[in-house]
Amino acid sequence: MLHIYCPHCRELREEEEFHAKGQAHIARPLDPDACTDKEWGEYLFFRKNPRGLHHEIWYHTAGCRKFFNLTRDTQTYEIKEIYKIGEQPEVTADKG
Amino acid sequence: MSETLAPEKVATENVAVMNQLAGRGVRAESPLYHAGLDKLSALNPRAGGVLLRELKLLGHLTLRGSQKNASFMNGCAEVLGLALPTLPLTSVEKGGVSIRWISPDEWLVVLPADQAYEVERGLRAAIEGHFSVVNVSGGQTILELSGPNACDVLKKSTVLDVHPSQFPVGKVAGTVFAKSTALVRRSGEASWELVIRRSFADYVWLWLQDASREYGLVIKS
Ligand SMILES: [Zn+2]
Repeated sequence: MLHIYCPHCRELREEEEFHAKGQAHIARPLDPDACTDKEWGEYLFFRKNPRGLHHEIWYHTAGCRKFFNLTRDTQTYEIKEIYKIGEQPEVTADKG
Repeated sequence: MSETLAPEKVATENVAVMNQLAGRGVRAESPLYHAGLDKLSALNPRAGGVLLRELKLLGHLTLRGSQKNASFMNGCAEVLGLALPTLPLTSVEKGGVSIRWISPDEWLVVLPADQAYEVERGLRAAIEGHFSVVNVSGGQTILELSGPNACDVLKKSTVLDVHPSQFPVGKVAGTVFAKSTALVRRSGEASWELVIRRSFADYVWLWLQDASREYGLVIKS
């Protein structure tokens, strides 16, 4: 059971109140019609599955019903950072 | 320009606003009407650790708007007679009106049913810019739990930390409740209010009867 800090409610809540919504920071192509099938397919279906740091979108379903970003270590489940939608992570794989 | 791109430009005059209160001669039924709580309270005057009361048929308005919109914040304060609480997980109450924080741009206003229409129209007249007010009175109800064991029933039902050090009087939290959801508010030292969905009301009522059985459940009208 993860204990997750909601940046909008500003307190730790049980994982049960949240839903994971997959990989964060996926930019929608500005002009989908100009995409090749490969580009569009990769945008729609292909996701990272790293061993280690992963940036994810989470949703406080039962609480404030707001989305936010969360950086998690997929090996240890340790949550490294929580930041709002529109913000960029401080903790990244290349920063070690 | 589409409203998705420029929501602040969309006029609110196309919104149909109606008085949702049933006219005279129409029987209003709360979500727990079928449970006959009034009858139960009459034949059930014994003592028990948990007291349950439905705060039924109140007016519920869901308000959404930006805290950065001064017209929204001022208009709400003016019409409701209370400023919207901006501190997360807090509520304010004055007279028969209470306002619960739901998210940084959403609040639930609970007020006497016969004021809901007037207040909704007042808000629409007072506020400029992008905002929303929706009368959701028919969609939910409020259950009040009180008594020495009310807290124990909550502990069985929700993952929230309801210890007084973490949950002071006036605090509000949306959470999972008995596999359903509820907006929980501590309304007094030993009293709690649950805003629950109409469609889950019967289930929560059955759940609460079971969860409070060991302490003794007293229905109040
Ligand atoms: Zn939240």
